[in-house]
Amino acid sequence: MIQVENLTKYYGPHPAIQDVTFQVKKGEILGFLGPNAAGKTTTMRTLTGFMPPTRGTARVAGYDVFADSIEVRRRIGYMPETIPLYPEMTVRDYLGFFAEIRGLDQKDRRVDQAMEICNVGDRADTLIGKLSKGYQQRVGLAQALLHQPEVLILDEPTVGLDPKQIIEVRELIKSLGGERTVILSTHILPEVSQTCNRVVIINEGRVVAEDTTERLTNRLQGAERIFLKVQAPGPQVAALLEKAPGVLSVEPKGDEGFEVECALGSEPRPALASAVVQAGYGLLELRPMGMSLEEVFLKLTSNEEKA
Amino acid sequence: MRNTLAIAKKELNNYFVSPVAYVVTAAFLVLCGLLFSLSLNFYREASMRSIFYNMPIILVLLSPALTMRLLAEETRSGTIELLLTAPVQDWEVVLGKFLGALGLLLTMLALTLLYVVILLAYGNPDRGPLLSGYLGIILLGGVTLSIGVLTSSLTQNQIVAAILAFVGLLVLWLSGGVGNFFGGSALGSIFSYLDLTQHYNDFANGLIDSSNVLYYLSLIVACLFLASKSLETRRWS
Repeated sequence: MIQVENLTKYYGPHPAIQDVTFQVKKGEILGFLGPNAAGKTTTMRTLTGFMPPTRGTARVAGYDVFADSIEVRRRIGYMPETIPLYPEMTVRDYLGFFAEIRGLDQKDRRVDQAMEICNVGDRADTLIGKLSKGYQQRVGLAQALLHQPEVLILDEPTVGLDPKQIIEVRELIKSLGGERTVILSTHILPEVSQTCNRVVIINEGRVVAEDTTERLTNRLQGAERIFLKVQAPGPQVAALLEKAPGVLSVEPKGDEGFEVECALGSEPRPALASAVVQAGYGLLELRPMGMSLEEVFLKLTSNEEKA
Repeated sequence: MRNTLAIAKKELNNYFVSPVAYVVTAAFLVLCGLLFSLSLNFYREASMRSIFYNMPIILVLLSPALTMRLLAEETRSGTIELLLTAPVQDWEVVLGKFLGALGLLLTMLALTLLYVVILLAYGNPDRGPLLSGYLGIILLGGVTLSIGVLTSSLTQNQIVAAILAFVGLLVLWLSGGVGNFFGGSALGSIFSYLDLTQHYNDFANGLIDSSNVLYYLSLIVACLFLASKSLETRRWS
């Protein structure tokens, strides 16, 4: 559905994004993850045809975002980061205006539908300037959904919402996947693991990782980690654990816990368990640890850790 | 075309939810009413010449107030991003904005038709100059508004847009004088040709000269073209 190849954009002499390449399949929800100023908004603006890239190409539904910009724009629903609203218009008029410039037929029905999906129908005739931030955000989303676009591009869709609204918006986005292709940018990690099928991590204008949320976590581990909790451990427990086959390192965690790093596929759990028990300690807990996406993200984007 | 008209309609509606349209319309009507009644009392002549002759300065003063918001505010508030990512060409946005402002000007002019009604009821005015006079105002207004649209596309500050429009209009207004200063030289005749009012006076006198119509139309097209180029440039920056 979306193919981005070597997309590069310079603002003056400074590159905002460099050689960004990724693909999104139809029906996927792609999380675009990165710290602030990583180039997320620039990439999205290029995809929506707001500005042309300096180099590289991007295609949406087979149309080039620059050469066939109008065709691309017809197929994209876009919600920029700062929700652009006309405060002096009512919700209904605002949506009606965008329905009109998009040349939609059955304008009123489309507007009603979008308002219903985004749950803003009860404020249809309120001036947008008088709405709360949460409502405004949903009006912005309704605008993006108005023409039932194949592709939705949402720049930080949950910023500034309260926790309940955040959950609502995420549920809404999830419900759109499958039928529509969604790209959403965020710097909030749980958002990606909760809503997205796939994730592209971008840092300083470059894609540093691209994979499914699960596989990315696994791939970055490089080693398996196991968490152990031992009742009243003595100082010799760590040494004991280190002797088990396949174990690379042992690190105490808290009072009774140990984090054991071991080679991939070595499966040292039975050996660890029997070692602890035979030494006369009580084994309280033994479980494999996944790396949280948060750790993955930090590992990928913080330079100290990379070095 | 449909989306151009949608934008024009939105702008026109927008004028009436802000005080700008009311203030400008009121000022316009006060000035026109004053000119109309004074000249009617003084000359006892069934014509609108006094309004027509003073229209350039009225429009130069008032139209920047109508156009300053059009694109500058969209840029400032970020709504321009939605307009420019909607399936609409840049020139359609510009044209829509221009037509919205022109719509307000026509509304204001429609209110002055009251004077025509009064003249027709109580006197026997020459109808030709009335028609050509109104055509002249619409063309002249088109130029003052399109210059405003252009300056509004250059900045995100409404005040700056208004001041730039003022300066541009005053330069055009005074360029006849600059032309005289340079005498019969080629430069002088260029400045004389650009004079905003010189082309207008024929209309006020009842003369529709196609070269004058062409002057105004080409200025409007040029300004709107530059405005859409300025939007396009914004994308590249």
